[in-house]
Amino acid sequence: MRIELRDIHKHYGAVKANNGITLVVEPGTIHGILGENGAGKSTLMKVLSGYIGKTSGAIVVNDTVEDYRTPAEASRLGVGMLYQEPLDFPPLSVLDNFVVGQAAGIKNKQAVFREKFDTLVRHFNFSLKPDDVTRRLTVGERQQLEILRLLSLGIEVLILDEPTTGITAEQKESLFRALKQLAAEGKSVILVSHKLQDAEALCDTVTVLRGGEVTGSMKAPYDANVLLEMMFGTPPASPSRSAVEYGTTVLSMHNVAGPGGRTGLSNCTVTLRRGEMVGLAGLEGSGQGVFLRLAGGITKPTAGTMELSGRQVQGNDLHSFKKAGVVFLPTSRLEEGLMPGMTITEHFALRDNDTGFLVRWQEAEETAQTKIRKFRVMGTPISWVESLSGGNQQRLLLSLLSKESMLLLLEQPTRGLDVESANWVWWHLNKYCLRRTTVVFSSSDLEEITTVADRILVFFEGRIVMDVKKEETNVNELSRAIAGKF
Amino acid sequence: MSEVHITIVLAGVVAGAAPILLATLGETITEKAGLINLSLDGTILLSAMVAFAIAYETGSVIMGYLCAAVVGAVIAAIVAVFSIHLRQSQVAVGFVLTLMARDLAYFLGNSYSRIQGPHVTPEPIPLLEKIPFFGQLFFNHNIPVYLSLLLIGVCWWYMYRTPQGLNMRAVGEHPMACFARGVDPKKIQMLYALCGGFFVGLAGATFSLCTKPGWGRPQGAEGTGWIALALVIFGGWHPVRAAIGAYLFSFLQAMGIYLQGWFPSIPAQVFQVAPFPLMIFTLLIINVVQRESVITWGERKTWARSLLGVFSGTMPTALGRSYRLD
Amino acid sequence: MPAEMRKRSFVITAQSRVDIVLKYSRDLVVALCVVMVFTTVILLLAGAPPLAAYYHILKGSLGSWMRFGHVIKTWVPLTLCSCGLLYTFRIGLWNIGVEGQVMMGAIFTTFVLRLGIGSQMPMIYLMGSFCAGIAGGAVWALLAGYLKTRGGIHEIFGGLGLNFVAQAVILWLIFGPWKRVGIASMSGTELFPRELWLPYIFHIRLSVAALVLAIIAIIVTALMLRYTKIGLYLKALGSNVNAAHMFDLNPHGYMLLAMIFAGGFAGLAGSVQVSGVYHRLIPSISSNYGYLALLVVMLANYSVWLSPAVAFFFACLNVGSIQLPMVLQVDSSLSGVIQGALVLAALAVHGWRLRTQRVEVEWTHE
Repeated sequence: MRIELRDIHKHYGAVKANNGITLVVEPGTIHGILGENGAGKSTLMKVLSGYIGKTSGAIVVNDTVEDYRTPAEASRLGVGMLYQEPLDFPPLSVLDNFVVGQAAGIKNKQAVFREKFDTLVRHFNFSLKPDDVTRRLTVGERQQLEILRLLSLGIEVLILDEPTTGITAEQKESLFRALKQLAAEGKSVILVSHKLQDAEALCDTVTVLRGGEVTGSMKAPYDANVLLEMMFGTPPASPSRSAVEYGTTVLSMHNVAGPGGRTGLSNCTVTLRRGEMVGLAGLEGSGQGVFLRLAGGITKPTAGTMELSGRQVQGNDLHSFKKAGVVFLPTSRLEEGLMPGMTITEHFALRDNDTGFLVRWQEAEETAQTKIRKFRVMGTPISWVESLSGGNQQRLLLSLLSKESMLLLLEQPTRGLDVESANWVWWHLNKYCLRRTTVVFSSSDLEEITTVADRILVFFEGRIVMDVKKEETNVNELSRAIAGKF
Repeated sequence: MSEVHITIVLAGVVAGAAPILLATLGETITEKAGLINLSLDGTILLSAMVAFAIAYETGSVIMGYLCAAVVGAVIAAIVAVFSIHLRQSQVAVGFVLTLMARDLAYFLGNSYSRIQGPHVTPEPIPLLEKIPFFGQLFFNHNIPVYLSLLLIGVCWWYMYRTPQGLNMRAVGEHPMACFARGVDPKKIQMLYALCGGFFVGLAGATFSLCTKPGWGRPQGAEGTGWIALALVIFGGWHPVRAAIGAYLFSFLQAMGIYLQGWFPSIPAQVFQVAPFPLMIFTLLIINVVQRESVITWGERKTWARSLLGVFSGTMPTALGRSYRLD
Repeated sequence: MPAEMRKRSFVITAQSRVDIVLKYSRDLVVALCVVMVFTTVILLLAGAPPLAAYYHILKGSLGSWMRFGHVIKTWVPLTLCSCGLLYTFRIGLWNIGVEGQVMMGAIFTTFVLRLGIGSQMPMIYLMGSFCAGIAGGAVWALLAGYLKTRGGIHEIFGGLGLNFVAQAVILWLIFGPWKRVGIASMSGTELFPRELWLPYIFHIRLSVAALVLAIIAIIVTALMLRYTKIGLYLKALGSNVNAAHMFDLNPHGYMLLAMIFAGGFAGLAGSVQVSGVYHRLIPSISSNYGYLALLVVMLANYSVWLSPAVAFFFACLNVGSIQLPMVLQVDSSLSGVIQGALVLAALAVHGWRLRTQRVEVEWTHE
């Protein structure tokens, strides 16, 4: 099936997320859409898949202009999408997830669909069991399920939005194999990514987006430099790290266990020192989030002991952790870090450590002005925080931290950020390390971790399986550990 | 107590539970699809009044039932429209409606107060009622009671054994994912809100035409709507478990009447009120049972595990939350 | 920041509070018109002449100084409850238990007043009874709060359960230990002696002390919510309890605090009902003011300045419809119908406005 996008515009008020995009996807090919975070790739694909409506432009399927408004209509035409956040039903079984949307009526068709499922699973050599609870699957397995479901519906054009975030190298191999198989069978595959190497490894053609517009396209084989220039304009500076001397122990854990995420955390023994920049690697949900929350005093451990600067703290309440200078910043900035409906000034008023009974509104507004300038947040003191972009929300969160923190725990600090904002974040965090603060962060981007961190902890199924200095390891070894081969 | 006496008491429990059961099952359906209908208490009163009034005017009990069910569906539809299309809080709208429907019932029902009207006739099932013990318990009632018993099985089968039921449960978990798959969450939530409201209307009619015949201010059905809401949670959003809760509540009410004789100094009103807070506080047990510490304690003991399993039920993830389809 | 990104930023700023109140008042007027139509239909259904009904409601509430005094007597406890609810709504709690909190306040008040029968210093007992009322309401609210924070029971159900319990306790007291000499009856306990009544202006039976209490409550609440840290923390936790850790806020602690405030005000309303309105304890001592206060605050869009105005309007409706059974042979629940319809209409208008002015902020997540 041939897909053509003609002059697609998608505007959100004054914001032009897609500003006149035209491209063609030929059948039997794998077409890559490349661009940094914020370039408009996801928006474009959501328009193509019918999830959101376009402002103007045309979508042409096999030379007929089609005007569809919902994903249901799109999938009837044969266009289906694998979304970045899994759109499935965690409490239901794998088979139930497979069936929803495919069957209607009262007659029980479980047996029919079970067979369909088994056939497809064998065809692609995935290892999914129909009666497992979806909640327990890894991100990669949930992706596989979704691909099977889309194929069962008869999808001819498969769109994948950032599919390689959060899956093992092995699962990536499996996925790429499956995609190549689909292309060979005559289907079209569109791969959206910000990772150059994925596009290079898989795609026949690549279109690059920047700032909502197409900046170029290329056929295989690729010249990485040309692609980089199309993506960024000027090549981005990579984050730099200066050498730091490590100091005394800040946090130590002995056999700590805690609940949360997909697997919880168990048998965790680790020591962190002042000035270290520690990266937590591993599949999403392997325990990094739990580790960060345990260290931050958000979750109480169910076993083991924890010491902060020599004092026992497991079981203490959050307040004592905060007093000791421990800060935790979550991934979902708006859901767990900021207060929607409140202004930047109000957030600084909340942050005010003054012990009085009354709010010091004047001071809060002045602080807001100062920090907005210093951290270059695109907003005003009376802006609602939910209207700030992801990068600006992250800047705001960092500006709310005090300079004298002892231990910074950040979950996926650069997720969804464009390169310039991400670099700024690392530059800012580096300053903390120079001031002898320990910075611990989790990331699903192995390259980022190896560039920025001094020390790397690899998590697998709720345990720390590797604890090395950056110089003592390499990307291959780390990838294998992430996948559980150590 | 003789055996005959126990049978009669238990049969009374089954009969008395009918309206609560209908309301609870109806709300379970609605909440499983993700919508909270807090207006149950007022809806029951309003539909009870309508049922009685219509039955009185037309002489037909069936017309009364039908109109009451329609009233129940309409009120549920209001909650659904406010939530789905106007994106207002379901709890807020439901709460306002519960007060308003009650006041509307008292206002419009004024002229039907304390008068005799038609009511449902007993219909024992010919052969089955002769079975010792169980015959009296289940087969010597009237049609609404049989309906309530039947509905337990129908609800369970529909929810867990049909594709439509699967779609309904999916909407209650993740409406946006359903949208992405072509299952329209708006239509589904509206459908099951209407369906649930229909059953709640039947519950109200059962009060004024069967269990506590007649209309007045108060009618006697006051408070049962809230209990039904608590029972949905007690039942873990599962029709069979919710039914167990309904029978438990009816049993408590029967006990209350019985115990009045034993404690004549305590006013009757206290016994009438007591089952309500008791039922709500059983929710405490449910919450304690679902605590991490209790689960880890029970993990090693198989008997504890199955017992705890009976009590745990998960809330539909998207319950009460509004969502936006672009 | 790259040039392309700069021109794509689009932030929403907070509107001034006056702006919000003005815009909302406009919505209220629309809602009022819709409700007039609806109520007229309902009246016709009940076989009553609509215009006559409106006339009697107006006359019954504002037609004489005596009647106006009744309106104020209703307005005071209603406003007190509403002030309390502003705290719980701010932190996102549905304090349905406010009815029981009024009842508990009334029970505690009656207890202290009974101690003061025949005493030489009735004023001490009167003031003490008010403190007891506040304490009673606060304790009852705290109980509902603990049921939520420790027991995991949603505050709606905990509050409801406690409402039932409070009602049962009142019934037991009226028919048991505190019953009238002779035959216990639904008309409540023995009337308190004159010196234990809240002092009032004779002609219009209006207690100035109660009025002053209500006004103080409004001012204190307005200042608390706007200028104190507690008000800010309540707002923050009501917005996003998951981000509480960021600012070292203890959500459970503030929930309980909000409940204490709400219960305290509600208990005070109960005190006013006992010592200023009924002068004894009756089964329906709360007069449904708790539930009504929830409607008041909703209709006032959770604004501390609009709430007393809405409460006044609702009080007029309540007092005015008392006439209806006598003059038009219709039930006085009409006031409840109108009040509920108003809130629904306001919600509908608000929702409709949201539909027509949707601002897109979702692009921020790429």
